Amino acid sequence: MTCQFCDAPATVTLTEIVNKQKRVLRLCDPCAKKNKLFADAPGGAAGTVHVPALLGLLGAAGPAPATPAETAALTCPDCGLQYGEFRATGRLGCPAEYDAFRPALEPLLTRIHRADAHAGKTPRAVRAARRDDRLQELRRRMAAAARDEDYEEAARLRDAARQEEAGQ
Amino acid sequence: MNLDTLLPNLGEWLRGTGPESDVVVSTRIRLARNLAGFPFANRASAAQKAETAAKARDALAKAELPYTLDYIDVPGLSPLDRQFLVERQLISRELATVLEGPRGVALDQKESVSVMVNEEDHLRLQVLRSGLALTEAWEDIDKLDDALEARLGYAFHDQFGFLTACPTNVGTGMRASVMLHLPALGLTKQIEKVFRALQKINLAVRGLHGEGSRAFGDLYQISNQVTLGKSEPKILAEIGEVIQTILQYERQARNALLKERRQAEQDRVARAIGTLGSATMITSEETMELLSAVRLGIHQRLIEDLPATTVNQLFIHTQAAHLQKLMGQPLDGEERNAARAKYLKTKLRELGSAR
Repeated sequence: MTCQFCDAPATVTLTEIVNKQKRVLRLCDPCAKKNKLFADAPGGAAGTVHVPALLGLLGAAGPAPATPAETAALTCPDCGLQYGEFRATGRLGCPAEYDAFRPALEPLLTRIHRADAHAGKTPRAVRAARRDDRLQELRRRMAAAARDEDYEEAARLRDAARQEEAGQ
Repeated sequence: MNLDTLLPNLGEWLRGTGPESDVVVSTRIRLARNLAGFPFANRASAAQKAETAAKARDALAKAELPYTLDYIDVPGLSPLDRQFLVERQLISRELATVLEGPRGVALDQKESVSVMVNEEDHLRLQVLRSGLALTEAWEDIDKLDDALEARLGYAFHDQFGFLTACPTNVGTGMRASVMLHLPALGLTKQIEKVFRALQKINLAVRGLHGEGSRAFGDLYQISNQVTLGKSEPKILAEIGEVIQTILQYERQARNALLKERRQAEQDRVARAIGTLGSATMITSEETMELLSAVRLGIHQRLIEDLPATTVNQLFIHTQAAHLQKLMGQPLDGEERNAARAKYLKTKLRELGSAR
C-alpha cells in the first residue's frame, strides 16, 4: 500500500467510519511527520496523535463527508467553546464538552483509541455513588415486593441489598 | 524546597539501578486528572487557575502518603531553576516556559514523585522508577491518585472515564513510558525496524530530546498511545511484553558486536573516554553521544573501573542548567561548551587518581 500524499510505502493507516461509509487514510512516515501527525504533545508526553493535524488530514484525504451543520454549530453550554475552536486547537475547554460535542467527539475518539468506552479505573467517589444508587433501587423494589406480598422476592432483594452493603 | 539541595543528587530516573538496568534507564507513569466543575487549564481565568491550584495544593499537603510532597510555585522560580527541573524530568517544558498564570509542581525528596498543577490538565501525576518497574510504578501512582481523589472531585464520565483537555488522553489518562538505552541497535542499524514494528502496534517512540531516527545518546522513550478502552494493567502488560522483546534484540546486538568486532568496540570506548577527558570545548549533544558509548562499554565489560552511576552523573551534570548551577553563574553557549569540557576533564581525572 502506498502513501496517499506521495507514492512511498505507507506505514501509518487511519480508518474512519462515518454513516457506515469507511474511509482509510494511508501515510508514509515522512508525510505523517510533515503533516505533524505525531507532533510532540505539550507536557512532555511521548509523541501522540496531534488532533488538529488528524482532523485536517482526514478532511484532505479524499472526498470529505459533509460536515453536519449541527456539528459545526455545537457550542458548549458551560464555557461557550465552539466545536470549530476545538478543531483549531485540539484542546477542549471544559469537561461538559464530552457531552456537548459527543456526536463529533465519539467518532474521533474511536479513530484515536479504536474504542469508545472507558475500561479502566473508576474513582472511589463514583463507585460509592453507583453503589448508593443500586442500594436505593434494591430497597425501592423490596418495598414494592413486600407491598405486593411477594415475600420470597422481597427476601431475595433484602439479601442482595445486604451483599451490596457488605461490599462497602 | 531549596532546589540547590537537589543538585548533587541523581534523581530516581538516573540512579542506574533496578531490573534490566543494562538497557532500561527508567520507567515513568503519568496520570492526567482534572477537577470537576472547573474549565480545563487552557480556558480557565487567572482566578479559576488560582482556585484549582489552591485546591490541589491543599490536597497535596494533606494527602495521606508515605512521603511528603513539597509544593514549588513555578512563576516564582528563576528561568534557570525552571530549566533545571526540566532537565531533571520533574516538570515539562510547557509548564516551565510556555504556560502562564498560577501553576506549580509538588515533589518528594527522592525525586520519584512529581505532581504538576495547571499544566495542560489541572493535575499531572508522575511516578519515576529506575530500571524496568511498570507494576511498582503503577502501584505507587494508583495510591497517590486515590489519596488525592479522596480530597478532590475529579472530572469523570461514565462512558469516557477521566476527562482530559486533549482527547488523546481521555479514559485512563495514563501514559506509561519506558526509557531505553539502545546503542547496539543503533550501531547495527536495526533501530528503524524496531520503530516500524512499534508504530504498528500503537506504541509511540521518541528520543529523549525530540524526534529523529537516531536520538542523542541512543536514549529512546517508548510509551502507550491508547488511553481509552483498555484497563491500566492491560496497557502496562502490553508495553512490558514489547519491552522484553526489545531487550532481547538489544542484548543480542551487543553480544554480536563483541563477538564480531571486539577490538573496534574497545577502540570506540577508549576514544570516547579520551575525548571526554581531553576536549577543551564540547557540546551537550557530543557529550551525550560519547557517554552513550561509555555506558555501552561498561555493560559490555570493556571498562571495569568506571561505575555506571558516574556516567549518569556526568550525563545530568553536563546539561545546560545543571552546569550553570554547578558553576554558580550564567553562561552563554560557547562558555557552556568550555565549562562542560572542563567539568568532564576534572571529574574523569578525579576518577583516574582514585583508581
